[in-house]
Amino acid sequence: MDFGLSQDQQMLRDAVARCLADTCPLDHVRECAERDNPLSDKVLRAVQDLGIPGMLVPEEHGGLGMTLLDAAIVAEQLAYAVAPVPFLASHVLAPIALSEAGSEEQKAQWLPKIASGEARIAVAISETIEARDGAVVSSADGRLNGTALFCLDFEGADAYIVADAGGRLHLAAADAFRLETIPLTTIDRTRSVGELRFGGTEAELLADDNGTTTARLRDAGRVILAADSLGAGQAMIEKAVDYSGQREQFGRLIGSFQAVKHMCAEMAARHEPCRSLVWYAAHAFGAMPEDVSLVACHAKSHTGEVHRFVARTSTEVHGGMGFTDLIGLHYWFKRIGFDRQVLGGPETVRAEAAALQGWIKAA
Amino acid sequence: MDLDYGPEYDAFRKQVRDFIEAHGHLAPPYAARAARPSSKAVQWQKLLIEQGYTARTIPAEYGGYGAEPDILKSRIISEEFSRAGVPGGLANQGISMLVPTLLELGTEEQKHRWIEPTLKGEVVWCQGYSEPGAGSDLASVKTSARVENGEFVINGQKIWTSTAKQADMIFCLVRTEPDASKHDGISYLIFSMDTPGIEVRPLKTMTGDAEFNETFFTDVRVPLDQIVGRRGQGWLVANATLGHERGMLGDPDALENRLQALIALMQDERIGQDRAIDNPVLRDRLVALQAEVSAMKCNGMRNLSNNLKGEPGGMAKLIVKLQSCEIAHQISALAIDAMGEMGTLYHRSPRERDGGAWQWNYMFQLGLIIGGGTAQIQKNIIAERGLEMPREPKLAKISDAAKATADMPRHKQGSA
Repeated sequence: MDFGLSQDQQMLRDAVARCLADTCPLDHVRECAERDNPLSDKVLRAVQDLGIPGMLVPEEHGGLGMTLLDAAIVAEQLAYAVAPVPFLASHVLAPIALSEAGSEEQKAQWLPKIASGEARIAVAISETIEARDGAVVSSADGRLNGTALFCLDFEGADAYIVADAGGRLHLAAADAFRLETIPLTTIDRTRSVGELRFGGTEAELLADDNGTTTARLRDAGRVILAADSLGAGQAMIEKAVDYSGQREQFGRLIGSFQAVKHMCAEMAARHEPCRSLVWYAAHAFGAMPEDVSLVACHAKSHTGEVHRFVARTSTEVHGGMGFTDLIGLHYWFKRIGFDRQVLGGPETVRAEAAALQGWIKAA
Repeated sequence: MDLDYGPEYDAFRKQVRDFIEAHGHLAPPYAARAARPSSKAVQWQKLLIEQGYTARTIPAEYGGYGAEPDILKSRIISEEFSRAGVPGGLANQGISMLVPTLLELGTEEQKHRWIEPTLKGEVVWCQGYSEPGAGSDLASVKTSARVENGEFVINGQKIWTSTAKQADMIFCLVRTEPDASKHDGISYLIFSMDTPGIEVRPLKTMTGDAEFNETFFTDVRVPLDQIVGRRGQGWLVANATLGHERGMLGDPDALENRLQALIALMQDERIGQDRAIDNPVLRDRLVALQAEVSAMKCNGMRNLSNNLKGEPGGMAKLIVKLQSCEIAHQISALAIDAMGEMGTLYHRSPRERDGGAWQWNYMFQLGLIIGGGTAQIQKNIIAERGLEMPREPKLAKISDAAKATADMPRHKQGSA
């Protein structure tokens, strides 16, 4: 019995943290965020050198064959550094979709390239959770029609994995004929999303399994977003504690005032159990696949709530400075906001958790 | 990450489970509020000690089972009794606080005399710590014990002495060295509640019950050797065991049991034709609490692992009392809300649900948020020990500042 990270996992965590501390200081994040395409080639290269794109690619396809818990550890560090690099879809969901559902040919075509960093695949499954603005994708005879919103890791993708209304997954090339791609701009400049419009676009079928693989992607995506929220929340708590240990008012460090101390303690008290919950959910993805959907819902909704509180409270501890662009606290604030909404906000995810337990009466 | 306990422990779990199945009918009903164990409870306790399912690591020479400490086995015992809904060993302040204190700091004579009858439920203890003027600031206790004719002579008042009415004995913090500094002037005494000069008055609380008492001491005479640790060391002695109390208030199994009871209630309770759980707002709150409990259970496993590896508990441990009491309170609050008007029924009213337990818990759990180190004190501890935030400036400075403020000329009230 050992509930925690193995030595290898602690080394992975430390290696990623060191790499990002070197390559992704806040000045670099800011510089990227102010460009049209905010993704950082420099950080992406550094992440590739660590082998991160191949973490979830099976070894026989040139990857490292690691687990979702390993990926969650990386996600936490990426968020801690507000790293403007693709990860969730391109390095987690796409390799999972291909290795769990892809044909041998699809695996051979894509997985080695994902692992080496030569190819990136974006993923669009939001409509299987809740459709907005009437977005829906239909498929017939190897062609896709309709719209998919919130395609994740959109910028620079070579292909898109897209869920249709029946939960089937399709793989469309980025340069496919009759495919229109429109970048969407979110509060969070460190991650890229976009809209896909299909007008009879050719696509290969990736999974036709009554939504089983799509559900796996939802579970994994939620766990990784929860881990991301955890890392961003950790950074915001540390920054609040540091700031309140430097800033003086009324001749005292503001951190010696109980009002400020209690804000920090409340953040820490609500944040700390999230870490164990995220670890457990990530572990369950591989070890307890029958339980993972519920615990992924819990991790996603709970971190969403806790870190919204952390994001606002840390900002308040920083006083007026927290509200400015000068110290860049808002990059974490926005990262947390993104993590909360994407792949189902807390209310949506809790309704799903209730349904999974048979608590919602059939209409 | 390895959640498997391994074959030795799986076998142990089966053994515990078989025992509960075969003997669970001998267990007394849950009677959390009965201070004096019934004869059935005493018999059950005896059986559990013989089997090593309670008092497990206490040496046999003091009446325990005498096993080597094994965190996982202790955990399995707690999980299995909780799962079966069968009460485990007695859990009172004598067993959870005095016994560990004596084991750590008592004399051989004290250990032999008190531990065994306490474990067996024959001797019931109460705790004399808090005073009207010494709550969060416990070290400011004023109850005095002066030495006169080879005895301590105790005068003063304690409050929050649960089970004082039923108790045979008290463990009590008193000021023996009035000239020493605040923390160095306290001693930890143990004496009989039958000693002349002790008066116990029930302290009725908002629940309508008197779960606590006020205890008054007038020239209570106690032999000098009824002290644990040396004179003036009482603060250290008490602190050795306050941690045990906080640990008791954060059991993740207890939270899970409350949550399961809430789920059952919300599936039974009807609003018109619908179940309470069919209401989407109530259901949303239920799932949010389920996620909170799930996080605390995971946090509990992490603490267990840290404990096994002998690693310091860190933040994961510091937050347990604050979070668990808060979540328990929210569980009761949701139960009351799910019952609507029926949620107000109490005092054995017709149509009352679960004997009024939800309302009782809702109020009592507020007491637990305050007791055993208030939520605010917990937050100070988390901030100062966990986050290493700066401590409050010396109190003297503040009172100087307050005095200066008080001396400032002021406009009369009402004048513009």
